[in-house]
Amino acid sequence: MRIVVAMSGGVDSSVAAALLAEQGHDVVGLSMQLYPQGDGADAQKYGACCTLDDLHDARRVAAHIGFPHYIINFESRFSDTVIRNFIDEYVAGRTPIPCAHCNSDVKFAELLERSRGLGASALATGHYARIRTDAEGRFHLHRGSDHAKDQSYFLFSLGQAQLAEALFPIGELDKATVRDHARRLGLQVAEKPDSQEICFVPDGDYAAFVEREAPSRMRPGAIVSRAGRVMGMHEGVHRFTVGQRKGLKLSASEPLYVLKIDAAAATVTVGPREALAETHLTATGVQWVSGTGPDAWRPAAAQIRHRHAAAEGRVRVSDEGTAEFEFAAPQSAVTPGQAVVFYDGDEVLGGGWIQ
Amino acid sequence: MRIYLDHNATTPPRPEVVDLMTRVLRDAWGNASSVHAFGQQAKAALDEARSRVAALIGADTTEVVLCGSGTESDNLAIRGAAEAQADTGRRHLITTAIEHEAVRATMAALGRRGFRITTVPVDDSGIVSVDAVRDALSPDTALVSVMHANNELGTLQPIAEIAALARDAGALMHTDAVQTAGRVPLDVRALGVDLLTLSAHKFYGPKGAGALFTRRGVRLAPTLTGGRQERGRRSGTEPVANYAGMGLAAELASATLTDEPARLAALRDRLEQSLLHALPDTLRNGAESPRVPNTTNLSFAGVESESLLIGLDLEGVAVSSGSACSSGTLEPSHVLRAMGCSHARALGSVRFSLGASTTDAAIDHAIAAVTRVVSRLQGVASGGGR
Repeated sequence: MRIVVAMSGGVDSSVAAALLAEQGHDVVGLSMQLYPQGDGADAQKYGACCTLDDLHDARRVAAHIGFPHYIINFESRFSDTVIRNFIDEYVAGRTPIPCAHCNSDVKFAELLERSRGLGASALATGHYARIRTDAEGRFHLHRGSDHAKDQSYFLFSLGQAQLAEALFPIGELDKATVRDHARRLGLQVAEKPDSQEICFVPDGDYAAFVEREAPSRMRPGAIVSRAGRVMGMHEGVHRFTVGQRKGLKLSASEPLYVLKIDAAAATVTVGPREALAETHLTATGVQWVSGTGPDAWRPAAAQIRHRHAAAEGRVRVSDEGTAEFEFAAPQSAVTPGQAVVFYDGDEVLGGGWIQ
Repeated sequence: MRIYLDHNATTPPRPEVVDLMTRVLRDAWGNASSVHAFGQQAKAALDEARSRVAALIGADTTEVVLCGSGTESDNLAIRGAAEAQADTGRRHLITTAIEHEAVRATMAALGRRGFRITTVPVDDSGIVSVDAVRDALSPDTALVSVMHANNELGTLQPIAEIAALARDAGALMHTDAVQTAGRVPLDVRALGVDLLTLSAHKFYGPKGAGALFTRRGVRLAPTLTGGRQERGRRSGTEPVANYAGMGLAAELASATLTDEPARLAALRDRLEQSLLHALPDTLRNGAESPRVPNTTNLSFAGVESESLLIGLDLEGVAVSSGSACSSGTLEPSHVLRAMGCSHARALGSVRFSLGASTTDAAIDHAIAAVTRVVSRLQGVASGGGR
């Protein structure tokens, strides 16, 4: 069976590819070049992952194991979807999550189509997540066995059509075992550190990135209290995230947190920590793994950011593509722009974008 | 079965060439500039190589500057001619919109240094306009550089006509003949050029060897200075084995020039016609004639060349596109854009370039593979799924 493996040059996707090759599959490695490479100013701007060095690592793994590997150019696709969304969201006062958009708008969209075009029956990635098939032949998405590394949160948008063609070869493994496999197979990337930051903002300074990419869209404004009193000024709402405490440069008797961002008015509202607590959220762009969500309230747990322990509550479809969730206990920093993913135990029910 | 249809990118060195190079590397390793017997042995190999290259293009032995690559030869021709004439007030250079990067980037670099560069257009069949060159020539034109055959399309350019115009205007004429030297009969006197670039690995010689024909009397400023090898035009201890390999490849190529072009043209035409008929809305890019016998460039409707190249490689068929540079940005071929091709057509163009190893069976295999892969890609693109 021909399987395309999306290879970032990291240890996870390298081991995923190597294990499939070891099982005797006709593996084809594809690495996406996502932003301009070279020696010029553009190259300085980008690049902690999927840089030329990473693509080179992927190529070496493929050569070592002995399967074909190609670099495909996804610059315009990535720029038009993931990077544009990232900038638009920050400018709109929200906190985006580009990895989820990359999975839904790039990997399990155009890359999946490219894989089909190459005659592949499946597209494999190095995600820590698991796919189960039930007796009726329906696909279910579960957290990876290694809960510390679980990436199902970033994959909520995969529906039946995508899951039918997706493979997560390391979903049953923990990270230590993945590295053991890499050493056993002699992969040069066995000790390569995990990538931490968003790949196209390697220094982690998202505000500076947005300012560089969209200088004309920066609007200074006021930082106000819940009562509307002006506490200070700011240089643009893109510099703030709901729940943020650092960098507000305000003098107050108690610690202040960002509670709300109003991009239209360019206003950032701050207040005490307890005011961050929310018991309810609304999500849009909601997708359900099974294809349909619950019309009536059903118990579920909601994960509202990558490192968040999913909180119990109940969920229901409120409108086409929209869902609401009620937390059993108030949650701090429900951040617009982040994904909310609804779980039943380890199983992903679906998810969407927090409003 | 692997079918190599990318001879415009490079060709496999002939076994005789590899044997000679191995022998020279082992036995004639001396420095060709040395007085002693070791040096003389290397010098003898060098002299023979130079004569063989000269014979291939109808040049005198003293008119051949050996160098490291086609790119280096282009640089020496353009930078050397521009700099040698800069103090005479001739600071204008003419080039075309379809040149190889070795010429394009060099012209651009000179443009940034204050030389005036005119880039003449091509028509929609990929042929340079002679009239546009005539209009561009001026009393301060130092050099006209027009490639002999375009590497992506194979179209042959009217070099002799343009060279005559350049001569009348007192300008030097350079042609990058990397795609024609050793592949079609070629004579520097008949073309009337002052400078001509060739590259060994395009005619079954090694990488790391090229040459610049420099008509006697043409002044060139060196691009590499040092020990004054190659009459001061290209310093650096000569890689004698590379040059010897180029010389033998040139001699062997000469012997193929009577029959091989017609053989390749017949195979190329069959490949082209079969694909044009088998796959609807397939377009040939560039003129049917005049062009080199081994090249065809096609665009397949709704298919990006990037996927097609990969799909064909997985089927054992090696081709290339002018557009994709995987480690750079994905920009449509400047050649196809210069011809006025749409963005989509340019991004979908694939070049097939045949050569010595191409047999009837190879063409059959290629036709079947291309038809299969293109149909599959068109099916996916139109939402047909698997």
